[in-house]
Amino acid sequence: MAAFQTMSTLPQFADYVRILPEIVLSIFGMAIMLLDPVMDERRSQRTLGGIALIGAIAALAATLYQAQQRFWGPGFWDMIRVDAFSIFFHFVVAAVTVLVILSSYEYMEVQQIRAGEYYGLILFGAVGMDLMSSAVELVLIFIALEISSIATYVLAGFRRRSAISSEASVKYFLLGSFATAFFLYGVALIFGATGSTSIANIGVTLGQYAESGRGPLLAYLGVALMFVGLGFKVAAAPFHIWTPDVYEGAPSPVVGFMSTAPKAAVFAVLLRIMFQAQAPGRIGLIWVVAAFSMTIGNIAALVQDNVKRLLAYSSIAHAGYLLVAFASLPAQGIPAAMFYTASYAVMNVGAFAVVGHLANAGERYVTLEDYAGLGRRSPMLAAILTVFLLSLIGIPITGGFFAKFYVFSAALQADLVGLTIIGVLNSAVAAYYYLRIIVFMYMREPREEVPVTPIPAGLGLALGLSLAATIYLGVLPGRVLEYAGRSVGLLR
Amino acid sequence: MNGLDRTILTLVTFVPAAGGLLLLFFPRRDRDIRLFALVISLLAFVLSLHLPAHFHRDLNGFQFEQDYPWIPTPNIHYHMGIDGISLWLVVLTTFLTPLCVLISWTSVHERVKEFFVLLLVLETGLIGVFVSLDLFLFYFFWEATLIPMALLIGVYGHERRVYAAVKFFLYTMIASVFMLAGILWLYAKTGSFDFVVLQSAIRTGGVPDFSGAAPWLFLGFFLAFAVKVPLFPFHTWLPDAHVEAPTAGSVLLAGVLLKMGTYGMLRFNLGLFPEQSRANAPWIAVLALIGIIYGALVAMVQPNMKKLIAYSSISHLGFVVLGIFSFTQAGLNGAMFVMLAHGVSTGALFMLAGIIYERRHTYEIARFGGLATPMPAYSTFFLFIVLASVGLPLLNGFIGEFLVLSGAFQAKMWWGVLAATGVIWSACYLLWMYQRVFFGTVKHEENSSLPDLNVRERVALWPAAILALAMGVAPLLWLNAIDPAVHNVLAPIAGSDKSVRTTPTLAKAVSH
Repeated sequence: MAAFQTMSTLPQFADYVRILPEIVLSIFGMAIMLLDPVMDERRSQRTLGGIALIGAIAALAATLYQAQQRFWGPGFWDMIRVDAFSIFFHFVVAAVTVLVILSSYEYMEVQQIRAGEYYGLILFGAVGMDLMSSAVELVLIFIALEISSIATYVLAGFRRRSAISSEASVKYFLLGSFATAFFLYGVALIFGATGSTSIANIGVTLGQYAESGRGPLLAYLGVALMFVGLGFKVAAAPFHIWTPDVYEGAPSPVVGFMSTAPKAAVFAVLLRIMFQAQAPGRIGLIWVVAAFSMTIGNIAALVQDNVKRLLAYSSIAHAGYLLVAFASLPAQGIPAAMFYTASYAVMNVGAFAVVGHLANAGERYVTLEDYAGLGRRSPMLAAILTVFLLSLIGIPITGGFFAKFYVFSAALQADLVGLTIIGVLNSAVAAYYYLRIIVFMYMREPREEVPVTPIPAGLGLALGLSLAATIYLGVLPGRVLEYAGRSVGLLR
Repeated sequence: MNGLDRTILTLVTFVPAAGGLLLLFFPRRDRDIRLFALVISLLAFVLSLHLPAHFHRDLNGFQFEQDYPWIPTPNIHYHMGIDGISLWLVVLTTFLTPLCVLISWTSVHERVKEFFVLLLVLETGLIGVFVSLDLFLFYFFWEATLIPMALLIGVYGHERRVYAAVKFFLYTMIASVFMLAGILWLYAKTGSFDFVVLQSAIRTGGVPDFSGAAPWLFLGFFLAFAVKVPLFPFHTWLPDAHVEAPTAGSVLLAGVLLKMGTYGMLRFNLGLFPEQSRANAPWIAVLALIGIIYGALVAMVQPNMKKLIAYSSISHLGFVVLGIFSFTQAGLNGAMFVMLAHGVSTGALFMLAGIIYERRHTYEIARFGGLATPMPAYSTFFLFIVLASVGLPLLNGFIGEFLVLSGAFQAKMWWGVLAATGVIWSACYLLWMYQRVFFGTVKHEENSSLPDLNVRERVALWPAAILALAMGVAPLLWLNAIDPAVHNVLAPIAGSDKSVRTTPTLAKAVSH
């Protein structure tokens, strides 16, 4: 009844402010699509890229505008909710979008890819990811998930002339649609079990079940199926099979994008489902998947010679570390997971920006051998990549260190000693393959002459920003963690 | 208290890294870079002399403390402070670094800037390890030493450098994650990383579930330290790392890096888990004894000079571990003294090995012979340091080994007996090596016209030689700061009274 009453009122101004970043991104995306056909193809690259950049920065500004407390709260009849939690993820998505667009300029030209749809799709994808992090209603979450997924399916196949890029796109599309179907099925079952699609209501109902100790099987099944769908998107084992092929085939900046921003958004959804909806069977489910992801990802990465595939397996492992936080108590687990998402986003976007720059036309140079002697040929680039890799290992003064640190201390506070030991051992194993790249860069002589072009301005800016963010999170993590900590009370 | 006391530890710790950062922006004029690195490392040394000069030997607890909140959640503090245990290790680090710069003057001629940047950053990491009183800060510096050291080995080393660097990195990295797990557990239960807070919480029983977890925590910390020391059977990375490392890398590796492990045992294993230390002492002492004898025996048959010194380090560090786990005042004093003496004399031995390598590009003992004729000054220095190393009375090695042995005898007779053979072995392998390299006639024609030490090399060697003598003649200068700190460490462990026997008298007996 209450829902009906609110439904009858029209959206207010505040409602629109609550989706302001999404509106901004959509407008800029459409503008790019409209401008693309009327512009000269050779000159449109920079202009359209510039517009996309402005759009992403405007979305960032809109997020900051939203961050004023007076706009917080539910909007559009309780379908979305703006609060510290959604703003955190909006900020991560917008920041990643800015970095990816900056590092795409040069890539587009070198690979001779038409720019219009590319930038448009990135912005539309960001719309979906933003919506995912503010949606508090499962059907809207599903729609947002599809918006973001469809954009990334197309982006994965953007190197049209390359067979492996098309393969990547098709594989990603087929398996991805399959996975979202699982998610939808899970939503239906949860609706059957609780009679609602609103996460807050589901949480209340499931909480009552949990207290009375007679949870319906339907709810367990529903959570499991939703987890399959979301687990696919974050590349958690055993739903990770697509990852290496897609990451290898997709354009490098796109991989940087899709390994961070959609993942962040999906983790936001997972946080809501796992903690706010009080999903039954959470700890057991997460325990197994996290342990599998860390172990499979790291062990498979040990034997990779292609840097993109190596980073793909590493991203599976990182999804595993991140999931460890989901098995912890909300008070420590939620901020730990959010911090991890943010620091993983900056270091991984940075790493892929370097990989994309080195790959050269047709992505020719992506094997470890091609990195041999990079420390001599381009000391700057090698040093920057080293910082990102050290952060991925989790060495102090980088964001990756605190990310792992918070996750594992959250797990220990929840008495997950076994999972922590698996995680800690895994991060030691992981040191080996990241180190291998560093060893190749600094300690091996190049076998053939791999050309290294100077760093263009856009890429340089992107690298500088992600480097600064990585170090900032590694030296003064306090503020970001504190902001993430505000979400604990909101996901109750 | 003068004003400098409150900031001195930060200064000493970060002056090298700040210098390294400045160095990054230098133009690539190698001479200026070397000079600047020398100036910075000397500056750090001079600053660090403030510590012993103003150190109150009669005060308990930590001095020159600084404690600022750094990160609110988790509760991480920038907490530094030193006691008699860490005091001399800091000075040892700052003392050896300028010598490392001098010894690398001409032997490093490619990527000179990066070399000295790494060296200075490494120095900051090493000092940071010794002065941190926040477990988090400690771990931070602990890991931070890993990267510059691995790069020094992997980029500037000899033929199998990459293998050695990766092995070094992985061994220490994998072992230290167990310590990290232990640190995190302690934090999860107490909400603090502060060493002092944790220590008193453990002593008063304020840590929930501690008794069940303590054996595992002890092992977690111990493993990280044992690999670093390295204690037998975790030692296999060391010979590789030493043989492949550039001279300066070897000097800091043997001189200071290994002491991070023994320092950690003394500070954290004994400081936080006294009961478990007692319970585990028997098998640890056995490993230490195996290390002493095994290291010495393997050193004896090494054809490679540098590998010989590396194995001798394993043997000497075995003395340190034995001294620590004897839980006697004499043993711990001795362990501390061996750490310092070994830092000076083995550091000097590696410098000497580096000097000959620069001339002949080999460490093979068989490639030398009769070097005393073309290089009289060099062979004199070498003999002096070798004698210091084997423990000739009035030189530094003797005091430490004597104290450790007397501690070991107090603890268990057969420990002392077995360890004492180590002293004999060390005389054998070092003197035999000396004989093969320096005595007799010049065996290889190319050795007959080798230039003797130049001024720079002499300047690098004299301080080490003088210190080796001074430490042997007046050990109390060092021991009177060490003794009370060691006493503090021992107090909660000493269940049985026979262990706490005051040693100032003993030490005095030695010095007279």
